[in-house]
Amino acid sequence: MENLNLFIRSIFIDNMIFAYFLGMCSFLAVSKNVKTALGLGVAVTFMLVITLPINYLLNTYVLSKGALTWLGPEYASVDLSFLSLIMFIAVIASMTQLVEMAVEKYAPALYSSLGIFLPLIAVNCAILGGSLFMQQRGFANVGTAFCAGAGWGIGWLLAIVAVAAIRERLATYSNIPAPLRGTGITFILTALMGIAFMSFLGIKI
Amino acid sequence: MAEKIGNSSVFFNPFSKNNPVVVQVLGICSVLAVTAKLEPAIVMGISVIAVLAFSNVIISLIRNTIPTNIRIIVQLVVVAGLVIIVDQLLKAYTYDVSKQLSVFIGLIITNCILMGRLEAFAMANKPWPSFLDGIGNGIGYTLILVIVAFFRELLGSGTLLGYQVVPQSFYEAGYVNNGLMILPPMALIVVACIIWVQRACNKELQED
Repeated sequence: MENLNLFIRSIFIDNMIFAYFLGMCSFLAVSKNVKTALGLGVAVTFMLVITLPINYLLNTYVLSKGALTWLGPEYASVDLSFLSLIMFIAVIASMTQLVEMAVEKYAPALYSSLGIFLPLIAVNCAILGGSLFMQQRGFANVGTAFCAGAGWGIGWLLAIVAVAAIRERLATYSNIPAPLRGTGITFILTALMGIAFMSFLGIKI
Repeated sequence: MAEKIGNSSVFFNPFSKNNPVVVQVLGICSVLAVTAKLEPAIVMGISVIAVLAFSNVIISLIRNTIPTNIRIIVQLVVVAGLVIIVDQLLKAYTYDVSKQLSVFIGLIITNCILMGRLEAFAMANKPWPSFLDGIGNGIGYTLILVIVAFFRELLGSGTLLGYQVVPQSFYEAGYVNNGLMILPPMALIVVACIIWVQRACNKELQED
């Protein structure tokens, strides 16, 4: 129940894009059409679901203060948390490389349409952000980390697909002032969606 | 390509014509997240300048020895090392600001500006131009950060750097702080306005 609550919260209230603005770079660049947006969204969700539990285990059993006690009582005072950034990013980067190879092999069409943004998932702030929020909030167990990862991923997916759909329409049907076209109007669009998502605040199951 | 561009344009282009935030559209996340107040925005800007300049130099020095396949990991490790140093320094000397910035100092690692500049510039250029490129882009980024934070803090809380600037008589006359400016979505709108102004002045940047 606790986890389900967290899952829903992560999708709607703590939405990575509309509440924290993480992963904006690839969000802005890839949200031009729904199909690519969906592809990237799935990739990001997948990465969050994998890396969050791994980083959780890493954090609990290796990095945080006293985590190395299982090696022996003399390690109880070791605090490696200053290394957590580098460890998290190493896990994320290597997982990205793995996903990149898999996508290249099994979905070449998606691979070519994602282009540079596939390697950039490694530097997608949403994924490292997920791990850092996990560390900051001190999740109870792996299941919690998994639920939060899935929730954040799906929230990101929803956001990018929704904005991509609106942008597709905007490009065809509306007459936007020339300087605002493209990036500018997307910012305003995202802001309005963000305000709309604030209405989910306080939702609870 | 790089040989033709002089060092000065490498340094000055990112201020406006090739600004990392509003033209290259990189590093948006932190712009939006840390700009509710001016002080964290400035600290964030300085941190990014430092990390960007030094990571550019380091990557540029070792660019010929990095195998292409694992370059992302190498770049990330260099950046992460530098960010950890900055993070620890901030925790030691400006603890309050570092609390406010929370995870966003860590997120400098995944700031797209860094990866973008490392990939696009430092991997192909000598250390000195790379250093200038890093500083230039860092300043371009900080510029936007400060502009956004200025408007958000002024309109949202009536203060600048924590000092009250909107006089008390205004409030007595019925002026109210615009609480909406504190909310994150307004940062997007301010950035959109900057983009609007900038592209209206530079016609060649407009998209169709």
